[in-house]
Amino acid sequence: MKPGVLLALAKTFGGLSLVAVGGANAAVPEIQRQVVGRLHWMDDGAFAHLFAISQAAPGPNVLLVSLIGWRVAGLAGLLVATVAMNLPSSLLAFAAGRAWRRWSASPWIGRLQRVLGPIAVGLIVASGVVMARTSDHGLIAAGLTAAVAAFVVFSRRSPMWALGAAAVAGVALNRLGVGL
Amino acid sequence: MQPSLQPPSPAQLFVPPHVTKAALFLGFLKIGLIGFGGVGPWARRVIVEERGWMAEADYAAVLGFGQILPGANTINAAVIIGDRFQGAAGAAIAVLALLSAPMAVLIAAAALYDRFGSLPDVRGALSGVAVGAAGLVIGTGLKMARKLRPDAIALLVGGCALVAVAAFRAPLLATVLALAPIGVGLSFVRRSPR
Repeated sequence: MKPGVLLALAKTFGGLSLVAVGGANAAVPEIQRQVVGRLHWMDDGAFAHLFAISQAAPGPNVLLVSLIGWRVAGLAGLLVATVAMNLPSSLLAFAAGRAWRRWSASPWIGRLQRVLGPIAVGLIVASGVVMARTSDHGLIAAGLTAAVAAFVVFSRRSPMWALGAAAVAGVALNRLGVGL
Repeated sequence: MQPSLQPPSPAQLFVPPHVTKAALFLGFLKIGLIGFGGVGPWARRVIVEERGWMAEADYAAVLGFGQILPGANTINAAVIIGDRFQGAAGAAIAVLALLSAPMAVLIAAAALYDRFGSLPDVRGALSGVAVGAAGLVIGTGLKMARKLRPDAIALLVGGCALVAVAAFRAPLLATVLALAPIGVGLSFVRRSPR
């Protein structure tokens, strides 16, 4: 059964790699659809737990895929899922990056670059807003999100302090019986 | 080119440093290890603020480029940045450094969660981090916006991207493919400096 599972991991995430535009967080609903709905590897609750861990732990959010592979087929599953999800897109990025640099003298590329930067910034803020709306359930949570955002904008200290404070606030609110 | 009309932007004054393979490895290892709540915000902090490998505008452009490509944005950016400083080997080093350490941490965290995940305090802390991580992403975007000192066109396309995705959940590829030509077109229309 194990080779079959590994093959399914490779096919599922290899197929996602080149269509996952917008990064790992944008692909999460699709990953959930495949892993829970189509392949029945886990239920929604187990998937939500893995997602929370991948958000709370350090590293790129795409490691959610590694965690799924590990849960489904151990170390081999972790390696297969990670490589399948990242290798095709990395090769494409490598080729595209070189092509981009080759044409960088062109005024069109200069203009495109000056436009892509602001678009990326807009998308980053938007993904934070979307994340906040999926994990925030009330005014207190929204306030906590805003406080961390303000800390990042106005303080030169490492944002780790703000996340640590958010964890402590989560524990404290939980003990007071105020859920986030 | 009309160099006399406008002062050079910080990106033009920036001289890219020489970054060794070891420095690439250590830099991306650090980004992976401290990258709580997603790596993007921390990558900017290490690459632009701490090590001075790239200028703000340059980094934003690479990130934007990595974002329109499929796959994890920060992995794509690591490939492109690694390649820029050390070729294909640099790209491989950057990606491996970015992934390896957090993967080990993640497995340990998953094992711990299996054991202690039902404790109320652990659940509270996890939801606190999740809520805070959203603020971290928003704050990083706002900080980048402030440092880029956007002109009217940049504000327009960036604002449209924000509203399209956050308010209307527009698909990302369509958003970028619609806004990029509009922005480039406007930059041709508005010829005279402010």
